[in-house]
Amino acid sequence: MKPAPFRYVRPQTRMEAMEALARYGEDAKVLAGGQSLVPLMNLRLARPKVLVDINRVAELGTLERRDGVLILGALVRHRQVERDVRVTEACPILSRAAAHIGFPAVRNRGTVGGSLAHADPAAELGCVLLATGAVVVLESTDGRREVPIEDLFVGPYTTCIRPEELLVEVRVPVFGETTRWGFAEFTRHEGGFALALAACVLHLDGQGRVAAARVAVGGAGPVPVRLREAEQVLQGAPLSEERVAEAASFACAVEGYDDVHAPAWYRQRLAGWLVRRVLQQAVGEEM
Amino acid sequence: MDRISIALSVNGKPYQLAVEPRRLLADVLRRDLGFTGVHLGCEHGVCGACTVLLDGEVVRSCLMFAVQADGYEILTVEGLNTSGELHPVQRAFIEEFGFQCGFCTPGMILSAYRLLQEHPNPSEYEIRRALAGNLCRCTGYVDIVRSVQRAAVLLTQREAYRAP
Repeated sequence: MKPAPFRYVRPQTRMEAMEALARYGEDAKVLAGGQSLVPLMNLRLARPKVLVDINRVAELGTLERRDGVLILGALVRHRQVERDVRVTEACPILSRAAAHIGFPAVRNRGTVGGSLAHADPAAELGCVLLATGAVVVLESTDGRREVPIEDLFVGPYTTCIRPEELLVEVRVPVFGETTRWGFAEFTRHEGGFALALAACVLHLDGQGRVAAARVAVGGAGPVPVRLREAEQVLQGAPLSEERVAEAASFACAVEGYDDVHAPAWYRQRLAGWLVRRVLQQAVGEEM
Repeated sequence: MDRISIALSVNGKPYQLAVEPRRLLADVLRRDLGFTGVHLGCEHGVCGACTVLLDGEVVRSCLMFAVQADGYEILTVEGLNTSGELHPVQRAFIEEFGFQCGFCTPGMILSAYRLLQEHPNPSEYEIRRALAGNLCRCTGYVDIVRSVQRAAVLLTQREAYRAP
């Protein structure tokens, strides 16, 4: 099938893009990489009256490291996250996760902002950014607000982004010397949607004890979630086999959904297994 | 709907045309410009049959509107064979029978072509990863993988032949 007709708007600046969104509101959709929106339009599941194509807004495509924060513009493509040395040095977990997004042709077009705004429950980025403690910046002609990634996802394919707002950048805390991390997902084939995925970022103190931990699971339920009980278990002690097992046991209690690919109980058990795996990666013991 | 004027280069030649915003790049390449090597299978980004190179990188032309390609350089499978001789990647697919019905072949060839530019000697895993987004529904992928390995050899030989 082919997309229904729409009005095409191609802003050159952030301001022009926000003005277009303010003007068309609910009738408009932002076109970034198009790797999720265009399939929906081709199937006529989405019929936006106006498309605001932000691909020519150069200032949205910047990637920089400043004051301990890695700033990814909304238009940064997955391919760049996967390969840019500034990302692999500052937040290696992002590069590792980006390499798992779809296929090369999808990574060449798909964008960081588009993935987050689309809010697919099984998206790699949402889950990984939850583990890093990222902040998403939204702008409109009325102003700017910063939203912690925990508050971005409201439900499957649903975010707190208002129709007149544009997701302009993501701010990720840069990893330190004592940061440990892990990422793992389970897909039935290379590049496919994850049945479950997990990510963890741990900060160790001088004695090798866990000073701060963030553990996230995606793909199992409607939105990626943090496992706060697991984080508490890990806090304040060196990582041990017992603590890893105990922390992983909380993953089996995450909300799971049934679909044609897998029942909820299967996703929950996968999540438990993946959390164990990412924690072991963080300690440096590959399973 | 109003048409929008765009200018793009396909296989090294410049084209100017006016397109409706909703027209997919794949349809414009196929129908308006006659590059029927761009195959449309699923039309929602799953099968890879419509793969083309956009400024040298593989993309799915069913997931881009033609207006977005304004100012870009595109390579379709037709652009690999400009001298009247098959490109080594094309020849390898014939030699190793990396095709049956031929529907997925242009996408496979372009994905392989791009892979071999970056990795002249890829491992089997690298080949499978690079072609994971291209589905073949005739057979398995054994002969296709072997074709890419053969293409790597042919390209290396060609480079050696060209070296001073």
